[in-house]
Amino acid sequence: MTQRTPKGPATVGTARARPSAGSVLEIRTSPHILSGNSVDVIMFNVVLALLPVCAFAVYAFGTTALLTLAIATAACVATEHLACQAAGKPSTVGDWSAVITGLLYGLTLPPGLPLWMTAAGGVIAMGLGKVLFGGLGQNPFNPALVGRAVLLAAFPVAMTRWLPAFTAERFAALPSSLLALPFSRPVYDASAYDGLTGATPLAAWKFDRLATDVGDLAMGTIAGSTGETSSLLILLGGAYLVARNMMSWRITASILGVVAAFSGVLHLIDAERYASPAFMLFSGGLMLGAVFMATDMVGSPMTHLGCVLYGALIGLLVVIIRTWGGMPEGVMYAILLGNAATPHLDRLIRPTVYGTRQAAETAS
Amino acid sequence: MRLLGLKTFRHGVHPPELKDETSGLAIRQFPFAPVLVVPLVQHLGKPSLPEVREGQEVTRGQRIARPDGFLSVSMHAPASAVVRRIGLAPSIGGRMVPSVYLEPFPGSTQEVMEGKPCQLETATKDEIIAAVQDAGVVGLGGAAFPTHVKLAIPEGKTVDTLIINGVECEPCLTTDHRVMLEQSDDLFRGMRYLLEVVGAERAILGVEANKRDAFEHLRDNLPADLPATVELLQVKYPQGAEKMLITALLGREVPSGGLPLDVHALCVNVATTAEIGRLLPHGRGIQERVITITGPAVKRKGNYRIPIGTPLRFLLEAVGVDDAVDRVFVGGPMMGASASSLDIPITKGASGVVAFTDVESERTHRQVYPCIRCGYCVDACPIVLDPSRLGLLALSGEHRRMADEHNLMDCFECGSCSFVCPSHIPLVQHFRVAKAAVRKARAAQ
Repeated sequence: MTQRTPKGPATVGTARARPSAGSVLEIRTSPHILSGNSVDVIMFNVVLALLPVCAFAVYAFGTTALLTLAIATAACVATEHLACQAAGKPSTVGDWSAVITGLLYGLTLPPGLPLWMTAAGGVIAMGLGKVLFGGLGQNPFNPALVGRAVLLAAFPVAMTRWLPAFTAERFAALPSSLLALPFSRPVYDASAYDGLTGATPLAAWKFDRLATDVGDLAMGTIAGSTGETSSLLILLGGAYLVARNMMSWRITASILGVVAAFSGVLHLIDAERYASPAFMLFSGGLMLGAVFMATDMVGSPMTHLGCVLYGALIGLLVVIIRTWGGMPEGVMYAILLGNAATPHLDRLIRPTVYGTRQAAETAS
Repeated sequence: MRLLGLKTFRHGVHPPELKDETSGLAIRQFPFAPVLVVPLVQHLGKPSLPEVREGQEVTRGQRIARPDGFLSVSMHAPASAVVRRIGLAPSIGGRMVPSVYLEPFPGSTQEVMEGKPCQLETATKDEIIAAVQDAGVVGLGGAAFPTHVKLAIPEGKTVDTLIINGVECEPCLTTDHRVMLEQSDDLFRGMRYLLEVVGAERAILGVEANKRDAFEHLRDNLPADLPATVELLQVKYPQGAEKMLITALLGREVPSGGLPLDVHALCVNVATTAEIGRLLPHGRGIQERVITITGPAVKRKGNYRIPIGTPLRFLLEAVGVDDAVDRVFVGGPMMGASASSLDIPITKGASGVVAFTDVESERTHRQVYPCIRCGYCVDACPIVLDPSRLGLLALSGEHRRMADEHNLMDCFECGSCSFVCPSHIPLVQHFRVAKAAVRKARAAQ
């Protein structure tokens, strides 16, 4: 037993003792074993779960989707890294959370969005959505959605132009709007590749009362945001995370359950005016939002009951915005509002501490 | 509460069990160290009063210290020896405590001196309680609370169920497991003493499902006239905590700040019960106890009957330790206390000695991330506290708020929150500091 220098970060309850000359024992308070789970492990697994969704996005929309995702992720990671450097702190990009934000943000953007907008939104997502609040764990709102919300407000036209999926030239050509110069109005050439615009199924329903086949919705053979089109792959990624106990299935189940129930009741009242529950579930950003965004641990409640109520609130808002709002889609605003409700849910819902039930009963 | 057919409590965690290497090994007698150090405070309560002088020769089993009042117990000589001195010795809690230094006679036959027997058939309740105190019995599960104090049921309180705790939910430890397999007769006799004293109608022996052989052995050998049942429990930590076990077996919640007596239950560890059954008929005292010595740094792992007062240094040298030993703790990995010195002796409350190499220690040196509000700790806390919020309050030093608004004082420091935290925030460590600060502030008022 020889002298060794203390290792590892100094935390509460650690010290080193020299029980006898030449030997060193570490003194640390219990527990002496840890579960082995770690923030970077959880975040990395979320990235893994997102990869099939990303791969399908590239398959469906081609090179433009690949560039959008790459630029979005690079912008988010670089912003966090530079912010850490500016603050003189060790870089936190190794925890993978910036990658998740980047991928999720990229997946919510319409393919063909000018790349400079994508990059600017990524900087805003990370800077305004996360870094300004104090970094990991401190952001009240989902940073990816903050970035998207700002872009939607700033560039409403570019953010609602949709390319059709599975066009023949998707790997060969790039839409000219993609490489538009910063602060210039993107040119949409009606004759070229990007002239082919597709209405999203939600817009088609909202404005023209055209229902899309639910099978197409589930498989993702439709126009829409880069990564929102394949509901099945999104659910697969969610199932993987639930199986590894890295995601609250209660939130997802509650959102989807409330959307199905609420829209089902409306559909029964008037099938002409209100879309069917299956259409509501599989269209737009609902799946991506319910599985990957609303379940972001930082912005969702800690208790089981809190998670269910949070999910129910988001589900209600989604149906209300889609049905009576001015926009065809409302998942983003619903989740942001759900994030806003989270601190209140955590304050209001406090499970009864063991052994205090009787005391509360006798007091009342 | 029942889940998958087996009883258990809400929440809790599943640490690796780490018991396979020692659970099949029979209890072996440990040799005497050249010097045994018997602390006069091995229990919660007042220090015992020494009855021996320096230079005096004592016989193994002879009483060497008498209780100082009711909240105190007797101490017995772990070996036929000569008293070298009475002075301070290091303890696992970090303090120096008054202790009796004994030097065993090398050639002695080490026969145990017996005192006045306390026979089950003739003894009254008060006689049994006095005999338990005189035998120096304390909670051998780790708490080291004087057992006779527990048994003296206050006026107006009743016990309908005696719970014998054979859960041993701490990873690594297999002493209770071996005691249940090898000392079932002592255990059943001890249960009779306890039932007689507390006046309970029945006893329940709770055993976790990872000790199925012990469960079957006890169930098959349970005497027909003993009003007791053996229950198999789901494997989960911290089921061996008194409150959790009562909830698992009886579905009753011990009120906050209260005792098991408030829900008409009394909980005694199996090893404690077996010692009562073994010692009382002969008027003996506790001069040794069963301890699991294990951990990756230990060469000859096993379950040993070790004389009280054996210094850790002798104990580790006898079983052989790896050169890379980096951390030694007394108790299990979840709640055990690190040894700051190898001169610390084994006391009655020590259920295991675990030695880690730097490989295992390294695994607990993890980068601390900010809280990501994952809620793992909320799902783990057996007391249903909010460790996440408590941790944030601890960081800003709001100890008073932690206690007044967030039930900090109900935390019994099982460490489940720190175990599951993916951000590696030292939650339970913060809570220990906060609890001590709150106690100090309350005492000052």
